[in-house]
Formats: sequence, structure tokens, C-alpha cells
Amino acid sequence: MTTDIAASLVIGAPEIMLAAGALFLLLLGTFRGDRALGGLTVGAVILFGLTALTLVDDPPGRQLAWNGLYVADSFSTYLKLLILVGASVSALLALPHLARLQSARFEYPVLLVLATLGMFMLVSANNFIALYVGLELLALASYVLASFHRDNAKSSEAGLKYFVLGALASGLILFGISYVYGFAGAVGFEEVAAALRAGQSTGVLVGLVFILAGLAFKVSAVPFHMWTPDVYEGAPTPVAAFFAAAPKVAAVGLLVRVAIDAFGGMVGQWQQIIVFMSIASMLLGAVGAIGQANLKRLLAYSSINNIGFLLIGLAAATPAGVSAMLFYLAVYMVMTLGAFLVLLAMTDADGRPLERMEDMAGLVQTRPWIATAMAVFMFSLAGIPPLFGFMPKLAIFNAAVDAGLYGLAIAGVLATVIAAFYYLRVVKTMFLDPPASAVVVPQGRFNLAMMVAAAVLVSPLGLLLIGPLTEAGRRAASALF
Amino acid sequence: MLSAMILFPLAAALVLLLLPGDEAARAARARGIALVATLLLFGAGLLLWSRFDPSTAAFQFTERAEIFGGVFSWHLGIDGISLVLILLSVFLMPLCILASWKSITTRVPEYMAAFLAMESLMLGVFSALDIFLFYIFFEGGLIPMYLIIGIWGGSRRIYASYKFFLFTLLGSVLMLIAMLWMAQDAGTTDIPVLMAHDFPPQVQTWLWLAFFASFAVKMPMWPVHTWLPDAHVEAPTAGSMILAGVLLKMGGYGFIRFSLPMFPQASVELMWLVFALSVVALVYTSLVALAQQDMKKLIAYSSVAHMAFVTAGLFAFNTQGLEGAMVVMLSHGIVSAALFYCVGVVYDRMHTREIERYGGVATNMPRYAVFFMLFTMASVALPGTSGFVGEFLTLAGMFRTSTWVAALMATGVILGAAYMLWLYARVAFGDIRSDEVRAMPDVSPREVAVLAPMALVVLWMGVAPGAVMEPLRAPVASLVARLEAAEPPATPVARRIREALLSRGDAG
Repeated sequence: MTTDIAASLVIGAPEIMLAAGALFLLLLGTFRGDRALGGLTVGAVILFGLTALTLVDDPPGRQLAWNGLYVADSFSTYLKLLILVGASVSALLALPHLARLQSARFEYPVLLVLATLGMFMLVSANNFIALYVGLELLALASYVLASFHRDNAKSSEAGLKYFVLGALASGLILFGISYVYGFAGAVGFEEVAAALRAGQSTGVLVGLVFILAGLAFKVSAVPFHMWTPDVYEGAPTPVAAFFAAAPKVAAVGLLVRVAIDAFGGMVGQWQQIIVFMSIASMLLGAVGAIGQANLKRLLAYSSINNIGFLLIGLAAATPAGVSAMLFYLAVYMVMTLGAFLVLLAMTDADGRPLERMEDMAGLVQTRPWIATAMAVFMFSLAGIPPLFGFMPKLAIFNAAVDAGLYGLAIAGVLATVIAAFYYLRVVKTMFLDPPASAVVVPQGRFNLAMMVAAAVLVSPLGLLLIGPLTEAGRRAASALF
Repeated sequence: MLSAMILFPLAAALVLLLLPGDEAARAARARGIALVATLLLFGAGLLLWSRFDPSTAAFQFTERAEIFGGVFSWHLGIDGISLVLILLSVFLMPLCILASWKSITTRVPEYMAAFLAMESLMLGVFSALDIFLFYIFFEGGLIPMYLIIGIWGGSRRIYASYKFFLFTLLGSVLMLIAMLWMAQDAGTTDIPVLMAHDFPPQVQTWLWLAFFASFAVKMPMWPVHTWLPDAHVEAPTAGSMILAGVLLKMGGYGFIRFSLPMFPQASVELMWLVFALSVVALVYTSLVALAQQDMKKLIAYSSVAHMAFVTAGLFAFNTQGLEGAMVVMLSHGIVSAALFYCVGVVYDRMHTREIERYGGVATNMPRYAVFFMLFTMASVALPGTSGFVGEFLTLAGMFRTSTWVAALMATGVILGAAYMLWLYARVAFGDIRSDEVRAMPDVSPREVAVLAPMALVVLWMGVAPGAVMEPLRAPVASLVARLEAAEPPATPVARRIREALLSRGDAG
């Protein structure tokens, strides 16, 4: 038993590091107060870096810990590295913004580390109970983060909305888990899969539907997407950037693991649900964004739209589909973080953030490089070659065609065209309209550097990364099949 | 060599964007650099031609680099068909830069950079030997063209740029799905391999239709041509030149590179569809052109009619038809670019494209009138100009396949003569109706420098087309052989339509 615990401690080292680190940062913050924000942020990023170091040595095969509650494999490692990148960037990009808005409180990096820990547990969960604990840890940290501007009504509203709807989704998941437990007699993914192989019952199906509904809420797939635009709009922009990047990666990863690992025997049943959610998300995300005047809301719809594309890969339920999803997640994270970095790089003369479409009018004449970077992100999100955003879409459609889902692939490409319209609208506003208001670029050289790095990554130069990224995605996906 | 030709304009574009200095200095330098860069590329194109071996249908100057992780590869190469289109692109580009010398005054470095990026993507389209690489170049062209129309265009530029972008994108995405299926079926993304691969006949029709959606929009064919008049009217002069001169040719190139060799069966089966659309386009758009008040719109509609000639010729499935279609493409590339430039010349002086406002231009702009006359005649396919060679060959080829279609196409030729000559008469002859026209100076040396090379090439191709047609022989011959090997249509409906259509029952 002692050797088992020792082995588990080694396998779970990344999570343990994050947990200890979070507590240490919290302690430090309590003593040093809000002026420690900068130091704590750097500390959090160092912590993320150290955690990443424990992950890069990725042994083949599955490693189970704590009696099978927890699993570490290439799939979880890939997702964890992505999460770490997303969380680090979200931590760093917030610094100038929080200082400007008098929200510079030390809890921000601490909450980010705690959310990251929750996400780590999510992608490594091998059991519905572990899944639920991770989900709640992430969710609680996220509710607080959403209302981080506590003096701002919109931010508080976003937090509250997120909390009420998030609690409902958690309830749905728990309800579903209880059905699965009741009818399959197990909560571990492998045991559930084994029970399903022995025989399926309607009760498990009911549980599956509820669990999928709850998870759809977490990834903001239609018809459980309603919270997304409101929360993105109300939450502080760095937090919205974080939501769009890291938790999305974790939730999608979790959805894939639950669908393939636990319910792999019921592909026929959940495939139709996923196909529906995929088409609905792609179309609603594309159409809903057209009328948006607020760029954060627009990016929220864009994320709904992108979830639709991601779900195509899951609907295919093949290794190619999952590896395409993983590839997609990596590129999507860079594009969306880049777009948020552009938003953060603009304020009016009084230092208030600019986030309305009309504020960007004629940006190319006043801030040509920022406008160019935004255009790169927009064309890339639209999936127009030769930008990098085209490649993951290609991989996703390839998986769909491979699996014979021609209707889904055609719906996907048509949604791409509709979506191109609103991405083009942003470009049109920046490049074709006369300049409106004076845009000030606040101090924050580091943010600009990250923006340039993201733009270079999704520019055609990024195409050179296709090889390593698809290889990593393929390796990670193979862990599930 | 090809990689360098694709990357060089991109590098030049980057240099333009990073130019230091104030607005005026940047503009002057950008013009100079862009002109030198495009002339260098023209030189490279001529070098390519001199080293090209026209005796083989195989791809030459091939390059291959596996830098995209096995998903697809950087695979380039050209045959005679690509060669002549590349020559057309590099020939027109310096002229476009010269044409925008004075008429573009705002954001000049960005404008020139967009044109150079465009050139890079065009060269990529014509030399890509990997379907996904082709797709990337094919679609990538949308972005610079969108910006060219949207930023430097006329009053309804935003509507036109959206329409251009979304129409073309919608056409292309279905082609992407078809490409994915093909790559899986054949297990390769290599164009030369796919050109020899036999896809299952029942799937060929679907694949063919998906590719057709893309190329028909790009060409453009009736009834999906409506984006073209809008785009042309709003685009700046050089934008129209490159759009009509080269971008439309990507559609024709797509047919000859993909649809015909990869889906011969479906091409034979659906030739009636192409014929029907082409004939309707020829007659209908010619009639529409007759009614236009706006010079650019008139020429845009004439482009649609000429492109209908190309599609009909391509699907005649014989040597004359295919070679004729290629020559029509080249000739139209130069003639329509020249005609758009002729409109641009008087537009720069009068700032209107209304035909009504002109009249008697020949009186005070004699040199201009001569050039305009030459290109008008080339557009109506007068013997001695490049237009005649192409249209004559196409009609000859079509006559062998179907006399009915050939007869209807000849009607289009007559209508084409009607609207072009009428346009010329209204603009150049008659009395001078306004003082503005009387005050217009004749073409400047710079404008002559744009028009003269095009005029020379039009005459040269009209008198001695052999030099241009020589590289086409071998690839067209191998294409005809492949099409002749295709079995006659399988479905009874297609067979009946085909038999009714064809004058000779044994064709194809």
C-alpha cells in the first residue's frame, strides 16, 4: 500500500506542485498585500514553468494513480501543456490591465493557479467523482474571476450569471452520474465501459444525456451556450481571454475522454447528440456574431462557432478526429489569445478599455501594426489560407470525410463562409472605414511582444509547425484508443 | 527557381511595408521598388520560358520539400499550360504597377505590397503540384484582392469587396471537401499522380460538381457571375486589370488542371451542362453588355462572355478546342486588362465612366484612340489580333463536337462585335459634347509605356501564335488522350442529351 501511494505521488506530481504552489502564493499574498500582484504573477508563471518541466518527459502508456481515480497519459500531458501556456499568458497579460482599472488585487494569480489545478484534475480524471471535484474547483475559481472587478456592476452580473448557470450544469452532471452509477454500478471510467460492454440500459442512456448536457454547458456548445456572450462581455477582458483559452481546452479534453473512454461502447447513441450540437454551434455561433457590436461578445460567439468545429472531430469518434481536435485546440488558443491581446492593447485617452466595434474604425491608419495583427487573427479564425487557422479546420474536415460524415463536413464549410462574414466585418472596420476615435496604446511592452509572437505563429510562417503539432496530437490521441 | 519566384515578391512586399520616411517619400520609393521587383520577375519568367522544354507533357522545374509534416508538401512544377499563364501574370504585373503610378495616391506602399502579394499567390496557383498547396494559394488570393477593392475602390467598394470575397469563398469550400475525399481515395496529394488516378465513376460526378462550384464562380460562369461586374466597377484600374487579366484565368486553369484530367468520366457526362451554361452566358451577357451605361461594367460583362468561350472550348474535348480555349484565356487576359486600362486613362481625366459623357475623344486624343481601337478589334476577334486566333480555334474545335453549340457561340461573337464597336463609336467618334472632353490631353509617355507592350503582344500573338502555342501542344495532347479513353456517359439521360447535342454520334 505504501509503495502504491509513493507511486501515486510521483504520477500526480504536477497537481501536487500546483496545489502546494497555490497555497504558498496565497500565503505570500496575504502577508504582502496587493502590491505583491506583480511578484505573485511572476511566481505563478514560474510555477507553471516548473510544472511544465515535470510534464515534458512523457512516458508512453497509461499510468494510473490512487486506485484508478487518476490517469496520466499522453492525452492528458498534451492538454496540460496547452493549459499551462494558456494560463501563463492569461496571468501575464492581465498585469497592465488590472493596474489601470484599480483592480490590482493579489488574488488574481492565485485564482488562476487554482483554476489550473482544477483543469489538471479534469483532464486526468479517470472516475466520475474525480471529474466532479476537478470541475467544481475550476468552476469556483472561475466564478470569482468573472466578477473580479467587484466594483463594476457588469462584472458582478457576469459572475453571478456564470455561477447560477454553472451550478445548474454541475447539478445536471451530478444527476447524470447518479444514473450511470445506479444502472452501471460504477463510477470509474473503465468500470463503466466494462459494464456497458456487458449490456446497455436506458438508465445509462439517461445518465449519458445529462452528463453530455452538463459538459456542453462547460464547453459552451449550443443549446447550452447562452451564458457565454454575457460572461465574456461582463468579465474583465483578461479573464475573458483566460476563459476562451484554458478552460475551453480542459473541458473539451474532458468531454473527449468521457465520450471515448467511459462511453466508448455507446458511440451510436452519443454521436447523434454531438452531431446536432456541432451543427447547431457552428451555425448559431456564425449567425449570432453578425449582429454584435461589442468585440468581446463577438469573440464569445466566435468561440461557440469554434466549439462546433471541434465537435466535428469528436463526432467522427476516430483517432484522426481526436488528433485533429487537439491540433485545433492548440491553434485556436493562440488565435483567440492574440485577438484578446489586441483588445487589451487599446484604450481611449482616459485609459478606459475600448471594446466596441466602432472604436476600431480606421485603426490601420492610426495603429497600423496592431490592426495588421488583428487582421491576421481574424482571417486565421475565419480559416482563410494561407493563415495557420486554416490547417486545423482542414484536419477536422479531413477526419469527418474519413469517417463518412459528409453532411457534417458540408455543414461545416458552409458555416465557415457565414462566419467569414463577421470576421471580415472586423477587418473592414479597421481597414476600410475612416478613423473614429483616438486609440491610445497603453504601456505594456510585454503584452505587445506576446501579441507579435501570436501573430507570427498564426501567420503563414506557422505552417512550418504543422509537422510537430500534428505528430504531438496524433501521439496524444492514440492514448485514448 | 519557382520557389524563388514565389517568395521574392513576398519579401519585396515586406520591404515596402517597412519603408521609413514620411508619406511622400515612402510613396515614391514604394512605386520604384515595386516596379523594379515586378520587372525582375518578368525577367525571371522569360528565363523560365527560354529554359523550358516544350517537347514533353511532364512537369518541369519541379521542386519538392516535405516541410508540412506529411500533411501536404511544398511541391512545385510547371508544364506548358502553367508556363503560359505564369508568363501572362509576370507580363501584366509591371504594367499594373505603372498603371497605378499616378492614380493611387493614398497608402501607396500598402497598395504596392498587396499587388506583390497577389503576384506571389498567382505564381503559386499556377505552379503548385500539391492539391492543398494549390488550395492555399487559390484561396489566399482573396485577402489581398479584398483589401485592394475595399481600400482603394470606388464608392460602393465595401459591398463589392464583401460580395467578391464571400462568393468566391462559398464556391471554394466545397472543392476543399472534394479534395479531402480525393486525397483519401488516392492516398496522395500529388497533382501529377491524381491526374492519372481513376476515381470511381459514380463519385466522379460529385467531385466534379464540387470543383465546378469553385471554378465556375472564379471564371465566372453564368449564373454565378454577378460578383464580377460589381468587383470590376469598384476596383481601382489596376485591380480590374489583374482581376480580369489573371484571376479569372485561375478558373479556367482549374478546369484544365483538375476537372478534365482527374474526372474525365464526369466531364464527358456533364459536358451538356457546361455547354448550356456557356451558351446562355455568351448570348445573355452579350445582350446585357449592350445595355450598359458604364464602360467598366460593359467590359466586365464582355469578360463573362469571353470566359464562356473558354469553358465551351475546354469541354469540346479536342485539340483545337483546348488549345483555342487556352489562347482565348491568354488573349483575353491581355486585351481585357488593356481595355480596363483604356477606361482608366479617360477616367483619370474625367472621373466618370458614363459612356454618355464622352464622345469625339478621337479628335483630341488620336494616339489614345488608336490604342483603344486596336484593343476593341482584338476583343471582337479581328484577324491579325490575338483574339482571332483563340476564337477561331475554339469555334473550329466546337464545330467538330457540336454544330449547334458552335452556331450559338457564333451568335455570341456577332453580339460581341456589336457591343464593342458601339462602345468604341460612342466614346471615340461623334461630336465633342463637353468642354471637359475637349480639354483632355492625349496619352502621356507613361500611359504609352503601359499600352504599347500590350498592343505589341496582341499583334504578335495574332500574327505568329506559334511561339505561345508551342508549349501547349504536349500537355493538351496528353489531356486529349486521357479524355478519349473515358467511357461514354453511363446514365441514360446524359447519353440522350449528349446524342442530341453532338453532331457526330461517335465523338468522345
